[in-house]
Amino acid sequence: MIFDKIRKQAIAEWATLQQSQQPRILLGTATCGRAAGAMSTLEIMNQELARHNIDAIVTQVGCIGLCYIEPLVDIVKPNRPRICYSSVTPKIIPQLIEDYLIKDNPRPDLALGTIGDGTIEGIPRLLDLPMLKPQVRIVLRNCGHINPEDIKQYIANDGYIGFIKAINMGPERVLGEIKKSELRGRGGAGFPTGQKWEFCRRSPGKEKYIICNADEGDPGAFMNRALLESDPHSVLEGMLIGAYTIGATHGYIYCRAEYPLAIERLSIALNQMREYGLLGDNILGANFSFDMEIKEGAGAFICGEETALMASIEGKRGMPRPRPPFPAVSGLWGKPTNINNAETWANVALILQKGSEWYDGFGSQTSKGTKTFALVGKIERTGLIEVPLGIHLRDIIYEIGGGIADGKQYKAVQTGGPSGGCLPASLLDSPVDYDSLVKAGSMMGSGGMVIADEDTCMVDFARFFLSFSQAESCGKCVPCRIGTHQMFAILERITRGEGKLRDIEQLEQLSQLVKTTSLCGLGQTAPNPVQTTLRYFRDEYEAHINKKKCPSLVCTRLINYYILPGKCAGCMLCLRDCPAKAIVGGRRLVHIISQEKCTKCGACLDVCPERFGAVVKVSGEKVIVPSKPIPVATSKALKNKG
Amino acid sequence: MDKIKITIDNKPITGRAGMTVLEAAKMAGIYIPTLCYHPALTPFGACRLCITEIEGMRGFPTSCTTPVNDGMVIKTNTPQLQELRRGILELTITDHPYSCITCPTNGRCELQKVAANIGMKEITLPYIYKKRPTYRNDPFFDRDYNMCILCGRCVRICHEVRGATAITFTQRGIKTVIGTAFGRPLQESGCQFCGACVDACPTGALTERAREWAGLADRDVVTTCPYCGVGCQLSLQLKKNRIIEVLPHEKNEVNRGQVCVKGRFGITEFVYHPQRLTTPLIKRNGKLTEASWDEALNLVTSRLANYHKDEVAIIASAKCTNEENYVTQKFGRAVLGTNNIDHCARLCHSPTVAGLARVFGSGAMTNSIHDIGEAACILIIGTNTSESHPVTALEVLKAVRRGAKLIIINPREIELVRFADLWLRPRLGTDVPLLMGMARTIVDENLMDQAFITERCENFDAFKKSLQNFTLDTVTQITGVPKDKISEAAHIYATNKPASLLFAMGITQHSHGTDNVLAIANLAMLTGNIGSPGSGVNPLRGQNNVQGACDMGSLPNVFPGYQQTTNETVRQKFEAAWDVSLNPTQGLTLTEIFDAAHHKRIKAIHLIGENPILSDPDANHVRKALETLEFLVVQDIFLSETARLADVVLPSASFVERDGTFTNTERRVQRVRKVIEPIGASRPDWWIICQIARGMGGKGFDFENPSQIMDEIAHLTPIYGGINYRRLQKGGLQWPCPTPDHLGTPILHTQLFTRGKGRFTPLQYRPSAELPDKTYPLVLTTGRRLFHFHTGTMTRKVKGLNTLLNEGLVEINPIDADALGIVDGDILKVISRRGEVPAKARVTEWSPAGVVYMDFHFAESSTNILTNTALDLVAKIPELKACAVRIEKSHHR
Repeated sequence: MIFDKIRKQAIAEWATLQQSQQPRILLGTATCGRAAGAMSTLEIMNQELARHNIDAIVTQVGCIGLCYIEPLVDIVKPNRPRICYSSVTPKIIPQLIEDYLIKDNPRPDLALGTIGDGTIEGIPRLLDLPMLKPQVRIVLRNCGHINPEDIKQYIANDGYIGFIKAINMGPERVLGEIKKSELRGRGGAGFPTGQKWEFCRRSPGKEKYIICNADEGDPGAFMNRALLESDPHSVLEGMLIGAYTIGATHGYIYCRAEYPLAIERLSIALNQMREYGLLGDNILGANFSFDMEIKEGAGAFICGEETALMASIEGKRGMPRPRPPFPAVSGLWGKPTNINNAETWANVALILQKGSEWYDGFGSQTSKGTKTFALVGKIERTGLIEVPLGIHLRDIIYEIGGGIADGKQYKAVQTGGPSGGCLPASLLDSPVDYDSLVKAGSMMGSGGMVIADEDTCMVDFARFFLSFSQAESCGKCVPCRIGTHQMFAILERITRGEGKLRDIEQLEQLSQLVKTTSLCGLGQTAPNPVQTTLRYFRDEYEAHINKKKCPSLVCTRLINYYILPGKCAGCMLCLRDCPAKAIVGGRRLVHIISQEKCTKCGACLDVCPERFGAVVKVSGEKVIVPSKPIPVATSKALKNKG
Repeated sequence: MDKIKITIDNKPITGRAGMTVLEAAKMAGIYIPTLCYHPALTPFGACRLCITEIEGMRGFPTSCTTPVNDGMVIKTNTPQLQELRRGILELTITDHPYSCITCPTNGRCELQKVAANIGMKEITLPYIYKKRPTYRNDPFFDRDYNMCILCGRCVRICHEVRGATAITFTQRGIKTVIGTAFGRPLQESGCQFCGACVDACPTGALTERAREWAGLADRDVVTTCPYCGVGCQLSLQLKKNRIIEVLPHEKNEVNRGQVCVKGRFGITEFVYHPQRLTTPLIKRNGKLTEASWDEALNLVTSRLANYHKDEVAIIASAKCTNEENYVTQKFGRAVLGTNNIDHCARLCHSPTVAGLARVFGSGAMTNSIHDIGEAACILIIGTNTSESHPVTALEVLKAVRRGAKLIIINPREIELVRFADLWLRPRLGTDVPLLMGMARTIVDENLMDQAFITERCENFDAFKKSLQNFTLDTVTQITGVPKDKISEAAHIYATNKPASLLFAMGITQHSHGTDNVLAIANLAMLTGNIGSPGSGVNPLRGQNNVQGACDMGSLPNVFPGYQQTTNETVRQKFEAAWDVSLNPTQGLTLTEIFDAAHHKRIKAIHLIGENPILSDPDANHVRKALETLEFLVVQDIFLSETARLADVVLPSASFVERDGTFTNTERRVQRVRKVIEPIGASRPDWWIICQIARGMGGKGFDFENPSQIMDEIAHLTPIYGGINYRRLQKGGLQWPCPTPDHLGTPILHTQLFTRGKGRFTPLQYRPSAELPDKTYPLVLTTGRRLFHFHTGTMTRKVKGLNTLLNEGLVEINPIDADALGIVDGDILKVISRRGEVPAKARVTEWSPAGVVYMDFHFAESSTNILTNTALDLVAKIPELKACAVRIEKSHHR
């Protein structure tokens, strides 16, 4: 069989590469790396290598998920373990090359960890690091390790073995295997994948479609992007298996246009699949013909909803339609269609490669396998992580994430994107699985995890997510279009200090109305941030409304800056820095902030020397200040009196 | 159909599979509030008001989107549902101005009705000021999107029913607003101004400007549209006996709530137009001057009495009612003693009448309009359906949406090409070889319906033999259509049954028009596509009552009901009924009448409601003929170009000022109702004719009303035998309807062809009479446009229609335009052997290279000065669809 030959060749090439006597350099150039400057790093690296006449193999790889210390550069010298260096800015490159490649000093001070067998003195094993140790990277196994633009590297690492197994098993047995794995949809709703496939497979019709939903639009989420940029074939193999099982003739990858690199790497991957006979007519002689194409989204969040997504592929405005009929019966172009999230497809390939029994070893009773999360917000170590389902929130936030940034206190985590919920500290020990999250008022979602610290105002936090949902509502159904907007307006009012007593009740009523009567998932879940913050942080709402106070000192309309007369030294620093010219005073005179002119930018607080500490930020309280600048001494006297 | 038992609000109901809960509830008389629901549209589920509780289902399913299942138990009116509805409605209302009193839709607004039903307690949420755009400069209707509740009915009707896709949702969230692509003006967006969106709008967002402040109508009257042959039923809205709005009528078998721009917006203005003729006119010293009815009628009767029966002719009108056509031909035959009666059907479907009568036994549309929607394949040849018969085109779109295959055969890229599976673009005038080529493929590949041919047809072998001349190579050579496309068309048409075939003037207006019709008939018989629902040979008739005018015998060779004047028994029947002796010789056809007038053999013409100077070929010749006459009487509602030449002009009442019937293209006889008194001194045409007939001593013209005329028609016309006004009160009847208890005939030839067996006709290819040459290198073809009708007598009185199109255009392919140095908008001279006309260039690929296209609506660009009078030998139809021209750039811009 042709594929065997390809695979043997790929494995041989991979082995040659691993045993290469040239130094090898792997550079993470996914979008996250590029944002951190990886392309400049690459440019300087190539210059330096040329300057030193070093014949190294430089490979651009994807992302291993350590966003907080990118750019990441791995260097492999012959017969030495691979060393991962973090925060490799162009400045460091010349020194690193000279020290390690020329002088053989591995620079443990710059290194993050070693990868693979063997150790180097002073450098820990990468996988022993706290942010990686609790992780189980099976979906992301290849990310950062193989060249995503080379199908042979994927094949050499057991790629397409799952598909080969599938065509040997036949569709029914593949379906059984997926069902047995208890894989649930990674797009967020957690519908059993096998069952979904079965509906579509049993649905009558010659033409069927499969779709990969890669329209990742949640604020702060980038799981699919990293996966598609780093290991596109793992998703495509899953789709191939799905198409074979369901009997689909054509596939679409619906990827948002804001992911140009993912689209580029996907199209390279598709071309390579065609070149290797993995797409087209009679694939690998299995009497199975299938092709797929990329459809770029045009920036509408709602197109992540499956019926809106299909409308968008059809060239229509992306608006959800009621179900039934479900896509499995009447989907794209009215034909039976199966749509899964990119991560779900990647899991499929894995399950077929390793078997459902192996897969059963990961995850909890009701939620099998692993889940990728984008860990962002006020956390020490942001990044893309993969953990077994059932892991506790605390382990994610404190072990992997390293706790709250800047030593602050944890306040909440928002899971499930803009339509998820905010979970308080009391729920840190609950497991992360589909059902527990829903019970807590949130949801799994596609995997965004936004951490809020003590300085986050939860009313403002809810307002932010709702501003997103109401703006992204497709406008079709009344509760979502108008209801979310009215909720947003109330939240705006509250954060402006114009909240009314019945606002909380009205928010609760509207949340319930929008949730129960909206047409699609966007509207049905949009109130989650409001409902959970009302449930867990009601006191903050009450403070805003009743005391006109923002306890976290975030809502600008509710905070005031004052200069304490007893502490002001009359140094004029703040006066000069105030962009609104809101401060009056003079040398050795106590400065006064005009509350009418103050724009609450906080510049005065920033510049006031720590030794004086004269500027304070308060909410809901008033500080008594003189009516006009008075000499500093007088103010001292005032203080003593007070 | 599967019966399904469900319970709604404790009431057991039997529904049908495929029904939604809402439909079942409506059927059972249970009210569920809705705003986005529209019976003509697929469920949308946006307003969320029709939520229900259904046992075993989570949440609150919307009844408009939930199909019924056996055993379903549904609650539609629980306190919880009402509470949720109040919440949803409150949201809707906060997004809609509280300005009912000053809203043009006050009292007709569905939001008001729903709010009243649900019962709002208070609005606690603040009003959202949207500052959405308003548009008040488009023709006919205003759009105020502040009033819009985004139910999407306008968008969906525009997409799903009208196929225009001119408007859509734009923006997102609270900013969502209905608009055009890229905010372009409606006129550039593909809008057909049909008004379906206005009719679908539940609020005051879309309103007809002319009726905005007219308030509520105090009565409405259903009547039949006076424009084309589709016969749309209109609901005239009246207030204090003035028509304030014309709406499409919902519950009928013809247009089902749809109508085109002309019917929706193009009626009131012409009816009340200041240029309406309000008094008789008599030509004195070369000038038409006002006269009394007595004066005018005396003049007409005394002058007409002076002519020999062979010196007079009547040109009847396809715009007049059946009753008027009946008395007209009766006047001609019984009083003037002549069979010289014809009308514009000569110029449209005379080959259809002649051809189909010969091979089927009946020359009309075999099936019904709404039957087209049932077809599995539709072959459209020689009709630009969406412009000429807009509402019929909607049935085509319906079929396409249901999965029917659509084949278009047309040299021009007509609108429907957008929806077609296959478009063949033959050279002009090569329909016979193309259709024969398709027939040959069907025979060669054994795709024909052998049983149908054997049992129901005759002369197949001779026909089969004649196919020998039409190898695909030959056909491709003649038509320019690639072989594979011909064969594909044959396959699609033969294998997707039932297949309906639509055609119109592109087939008939040729010197081989009858052959074209016969080729179509052959194809339909070959595949057994006759006599069953969704199949048929369907000529689309052009004028509102051209079918009826033919039925009534406004033709030189037949009495009413196609009873031959030459047939002794028939003539005796009419002689007995009318108490006169009748002329046995066949009369002259329309084209022959003008020739005879030219040669002074015809000296007087009585012309009713036609405008041959613009509508007939070689218009200069027609004008000369009319000028040569000794006496010309014209009855019309306006002083048309032809009426200006008359010696006496008699003012007719318009269609809303008289009773009667029109017979539409599908043989459906429908009522025309008098809703207002005649304008000025105008009178119904039947009254005028009867006055003249009586003035000339005619007997049997003492009708008091058209109902009495219909009774006489029924008495003498077997196909109308069962038709009377009492029956028509409930809706139209399709002839043949021979007896008072007969339900009418939606489909012809179901068991037997009218003539017994369907007859195959062997055919040969004959090219058009005038082919392009060095001097006249281009072919001119002609037709209609959506925004005007015929010679524009009515539509050019409508301001909005003139805004949309106000001048004659020559469509010319960019290749020809480049060669002649023409750019879009240039003023051109189009020149044929018969004359020249000015017109503005429209450079477009809709016209194939070598072909130019013009309409005949505009007197300023009188296209028929150019056209050829070469006749079809059988039907005597002139070749309006093809003549040779050349084009020059005019120096005047």
